[in-house]
Amino acid sequence: MFEALTDRLTAVFERIGRKGRLTEQDVDDALREVRRALLEADVHYTVVRDFIAAVRERAIGEAVLRSLTPAQQVIAIVYQELVRVLGTERLPLQWAPQPPTVFMLVGLQGSGKTTQVAKLGYHLRKEGRRPLLVAADVYRPAAVEQLRTLGRQHDLPVYDEGTAADPVEIVKHAVRRARDQGFNPVIVDTAGRLQIDEPMMQELERIKEAVQPTEILLVADAMTGQEAVNVAQEFHRRLGLTGLILTKMDGDARGGAALSIRAVVGVPIKFIGTGERVDALEPFYPDRLATRILGMGDVQSLIERAQQQISEEEGKKLQEKMLTGTFDLEDFLRQLQQVKKMGPLTQLLEMIPGMSQLLRQQQVQISDDEYKRVEAIILSMTPEERRNPDIINYSRRRRIAAGSGTTVAEVSQLLTQFKQMKKMMVELGQLAAGRNRGGLRGLLGGGNPFAGLSGFDGAPPGSGLPVRPTAGPPPARHQSKKKKKKRR
Amino acid sequence: MIFSRFFRRRTPATPQLEAGLKRSRQGIFRQIVQLFDRGAIDDALFEDLEALLIQADLGVATTEALLERLRERVRRGEIRDPVEAREALRDEMVALLEAAMRNRRVKIYQRGVPFVSLVVGVNGTGKTTTIAKLARYHLDQGRSVLLVAADTFRAAAIDQLKAWGERLGVPVIAHAPGADPGAVVFDGMQAAHNRGIDVLLIDTAGRLHTKSNLMAELAKIRRVIQRHVPEAPHEVLLVIDATTGQNGLNQARVFTEAAGVTDIVLTKLDGTAKGGIAFAISRELGIPIAYVGTGEKPTDFAEFDPEAYVDALFFGDEEG
Repeated sequence: MFEALTDRLTAVFERIGRKGRLTEQDVDDALREVRRALLEADVHYTVVRDFIAAVRERAIGEAVLRSLTPAQQVIAIVYQELVRVLGTERLPLQWAPQPPTVFMLVGLQGSGKTTQVAKLGYHLRKEGRRPLLVAADVYRPAAVEQLRTLGRQHDLPVYDEGTAADPVEIVKHAVRRARDQGFNPVIVDTAGRLQIDEPMMQELERIKEAVQPTEILLVADAMTGQEAVNVAQEFHRRLGLTGLILTKMDGDARGGAALSIRAVVGVPIKFIGTGERVDALEPFYPDRLATRILGMGDVQSLIERAQQQISEEEGKKLQEKMLTGTFDLEDFLRQLQQVKKMGPLTQLLEMIPGMSQLLRQQQVQISDDEYKRVEAIILSMTPEERRNPDIINYSRRRRIAAGSGTTVAEVSQLLTQFKQMKKMMVELGQLAAGRNRGGLRGLLGGGNPFAGLSGFDGAPPGSGLPVRPTAGPPPARHQSKKKKKKRR
Repeated sequence: MIFSRFFRRRTPATPQLEAGLKRSRQGIFRQIVQLFDRGAIDDALFEDLEALLIQADLGVATTEALLERLRERVRRGEIRDPVEAREALRDEMVALLEAAMRNRRVKIYQRGVPFVSLVVGVNGTGKTTTIAKLARYHLDQGRSVLLVAADTFRAAAIDQLKAWGERLGVPVIAHAPGADPGAVVFDGMQAAHNRGIDVLLIDTAGRLHTKSNLMAELAKIRRVIQRHVPEAPHEVLLVIDATTGQNGLNQARVFTEAAGVTDIVLTKLDGTAKGGIAFAISRELGIPIAYVGTGEKPTDFAEFDPEAYVDALFFGDEEG
């Protein structure tokens, strides 16, 4: 399907061969691939055109032509430009000097507005706020009901007046209630039509007029095509947007629409929706979206998640154990539980460049149930057995199988795999130690195309991060994958 | 208007499709038609055409293929002026859609034997509304209909389908939210059989095509259906939002693998959407488009006709 841009560019430059010097024509060939990648990511045509022109100017001006690694140089420039357009800093939500602050979410029908209202409420409550959600979409069948249900499920207060009331009045009443009862912020779900029409815009303008929202956020579907720009422009013209929430980024949409909206309308992207669950809302990072638009995976997010879950000290201890081969099943269990905390395994794997394609191609099914089975088996062992798996004989295996609701064969398989993994870890550990403490990055197989780039100061945070000796999660992942393949 | 006289309308206009495509037409496709309002065929024409077709979400590959066909015909001397080029573009676009239409399976409805229609798609494309429209469509053809609420995941999805059922006077089989979709479908199949229903429409949970568990659930629903009627489901409709960009190709690809998509339903054509992704899906995957949804009312729905569709994209109100 989509080859990573890195691969395509490398192919272009290989085709050109080592002529000593590249010509402008060569750069144009390369930029054609970039253009294609951006268009396939649904970046708007005119944005692509301007973008390519800017990149071309820099590429021809800079030392790219004489460079030994032109492919990387071109990508580096493309990447830097992308990040520049996407916005180099994250802008937090703005708050009104006098509470309650009102956030108003607008967008077309089906973009995920109602869900984002609940997510935003959930997110802000975690930050210690007391949000009030307002159901002001009185037209769509069951929209009010949907927000009520979400509120009930997650214990978030919802203000609604059914579907017969005037949305402007509903919102006014909600703000009054928030003021009286100390809710802050007020998050308003508004009507979304299929198209932008006058009655809808007027209603939104009236709501805006009535309650003066601090933020008017456009909820946009990451899968939207070229039209995204026009929609955003129209909303912006009428309402003055302050930001963007990009939804459905948990699929394989590359999210080029975000780049277009950002480039044309100029409002910052504030959040990314990454799933149906109420906690699937993440702050936006331009560098990550840039790699994604280019089809290079999201190594950064993955690294960050791993780092959140594993303390440095723990990481060191683990690495020590791995290197010396004293890693036991108790450590393994702890690892497993940590990886689990990071989120669904499939989602983690998809962040690794090329992995989602690989998974699909090879029909590898990695279910999170797999965790549970392995966990159950280990938990059915005695501490002694976990520390020293070699003592587990047939009779012990039978007991463990009975205790964990699995079969003896499954227990044996786990033990065999554990032994193999341990061996692999020692080898990997030695490799990493010998190779500049490659850590997580090394294990991920050089997913970062900027890693080898010297003098590239716009490098994504990953390459600039202190590389911690956390050889932890990846082996566990490798392991689970292997295990699954064998079983089928 | 200036450009209408160049174009001969070949198919009678369907009012719904016309109205639905109005916005699209006034945007990109109108510009495409205007593009040919020039003296001669030159490189600039092709460049501008490429820009507009890409902006209409046809995608790079499909756009290039169309342009290549046009260039080839110019080279062979079949096309000599912009008017002929415009006609040729229209024909090529129709041909592209028609090629996929040839893959259509004929839908055979029998009285009292449930024709099982499984409706799938990513979240927010308008699946439940499409079900309501399909129900209305079949009712109009004199078929009895039963709806099955197998979207047990989304908050209030069941209520939404029930509300439609009430409005249309069609029974709805539903369980509690969070119930096993397979069990709901099982009950639906049984009810359809016992009541001698003609058409059974199954609403499924919106899912992203990248979630293997959810896709596995679809496979399970298929198995439950097949236990009752081996040759069912008779159609698997993938609902695609007309504003969808190039990701629509991935959706179509993955849903076809998991659920055996037979046809596409293109929805929300009344929005700002042009539905250009339909051309890319037709060309690259050969999946036929069965229906188009053109509005929010149950009657805003039509069987897909390639000629009418392309003409509706190209023609403006100037004729009406």
